[in-house]
Amino acid sequence: MTIQAEPFVVNLGPQHPSTHGVFRLRLTLDGEKIIDADMVMGYLHRSMEKLAEERTYTQNIPFTDRTDYLAAMTGNLAYVIAVEQLCGIEPPERAQWLRTIMCELQRIASHCMAVGIFANDCGAWQTPVMHMLRDREKVLDLFEMACGARLTLNYMRIGGVSRDVPPEFMPAARKLVNELPKKLDEYEDLLLENEIIVERSRGIGVLTPEQAMAHSVSGPMLRASGVAWDIRKADPYAAYDKVDFDIAVGVHGDVYDRFVVRLAEMRQSLKILEQALDFIPEGPVHAQLPTATVQPIDQPVAPLAIRPPVGEAYGRIESPRGELGFYLVSDGSPAPFRFHIRSPSYINLTPLKLMSVGGTVADAIVILGSVDIIVGEVDR
Amino acid sequence: MTKTITGLDIAHRIEQKFPGAVDDALPEAATVRGAELVDVCTFLKDDPDLKFEFLSSLTAVDRLEYFEVVYHLTSIRLNQMTAIKVKAIDRENPRVPSVTPVWPGANLQEREAYDLMGIVFEGHPDLRRVFLWDGFDGWPLRKDYLVGPGGRFPGLERFPGESQEPLGGRG
Repeated sequence: MTIQAEPFVVNLGPQHPSTHGVFRLRLTLDGEKIIDADMVMGYLHRSMEKLAEERTYTQNIPFTDRTDYLAAMTGNLAYVIAVEQLCGIEPPERAQWLRTIMCELQRIASHCMAVGIFANDCGAWQTPVMHMLRDREKVLDLFEMACGARLTLNYMRIGGVSRDVPPEFMPAARKLVNELPKKLDEYEDLLLENEIIVERSRGIGVLTPEQAMAHSVSGPMLRASGVAWDIRKADPYAAYDKVDFDIAVGVHGDVYDRFVVRLAEMRQSLKILEQALDFIPEGPVHAQLPTATVQPIDQPVAPLAIRPPVGEAYGRIESPRGELGFYLVSDGSPAPFRFHIRSPSYINLTPLKLMSVGGTVADAIVILGSVDIIVGEVDR
Repeated sequence: MTKTITGLDIAHRIEQKFPGAVDDALPEAATVRGAELVDVCTFLKDDPDLKFEFLSSLTAVDRLEYFEVVYHLTSIRLNQMTAIKVKAIDRENPRVPSVTPVWPGANLQEREAYDLMGIVFEGHPDLRRVFLWDGFDGWPLRKDYLVGPGGRFPGLERFPGESQEPLGGRG
């Protein structure tokens, strides 16, 4: 006897713990098999691009904290790099090293969250994520020391960073860098061979290198598919050309490899931090802005505003989630004429249907977890 | 370091293969004619010296007289970058061919450009609103959308398309 079953629709989200925010996935199911997956986004859409076109270049820096709120430092940096390209500003040496240190600390904090929440999605409920949140808090303590904020940091400035770090920062950072490898060993012991994670994630959501590149996937997801592409190496910014590190690459391109690549990247970040803390020179942390670009404006918005010359720039960096790019068009006024965010969370969702169709509902949850989306950055 | 191929160089390469396909070339980007866009993109992706297999970013700019779609391309194998543009002259009905057959990664990015700038990508498999709801009136990133006195954003009193009746005390 055959049983006739009609396909039915299940809404995963927008208020579901495994969607990492207000993101909705409409799954069409045949039994437990997914036959279609449709993403519904926009619950957190704040139209940042339009808002940014009404504000000066410096006023826009806080917006970049609020796109990817788990990696505000990298958001800040990508934006200020784009503005610096537009104006032709070169930040001083110490600022470049501070940027490198902050971005790597941020990568550790962000990957702690990504790996911990992923373990949650797999069913390793709450214990791993609590361990990782503990370490993330220590990184946030360092950020608080450097700029007074823990989440929306607003630390980078056009031409440098907002202020130099206090004297107690460097010893505290060194202490953290010395104790984190032991914690990483602990995580690897706890999670890498963990039955709960391995069974849920191995061989699921596979992307071949060709598929990953064609779908514009970037970051740990692309590297898990075996493509050794890291903008820190390929197109070095800040002080990445002066440090030695390896690119973590996966083999199978499945959910498990993405998880392993993120764990491996945390070790590489520590390697970069060790070198950066040794090499960082003394000196100014802010470049003198060219006087031609800073001049009083007619509107009472800010006493001084940067007016980049007419032109356009695309600045990109390797954020914890992938290629984060800012495309800016200047018409010579104090506000950008066009402000576009190339957000890795959003674009990494492109192959979600390709990865989920044919799997089960349980697979869809770990696949979404492995993409590591931040809905603030998806919707902007 | 990533090698940047300037718009002038890439325009020269495209002209050799497709005479007359380039409208305009600036150091930042080469502007390609819409009719040849998909052929040019296939060439940029497959040519052994270019190999732009990765579409980094796709976005649209409202240039007041016309719209412009900007493509930032990366070659992962050769570590180089370039940018091309295509113009949509008709403000009432801007249409540009979709590049999803060349780079599937354009899918969500073209939907975003349609949603916020109102550019119709011909041949896109699933062109729908992505962040805003179906039936939303207008294209928010256009320069003529909600511009108040002094050219500044006046702020929304209520959602566009919502009834003009008072909210009746519910706030």
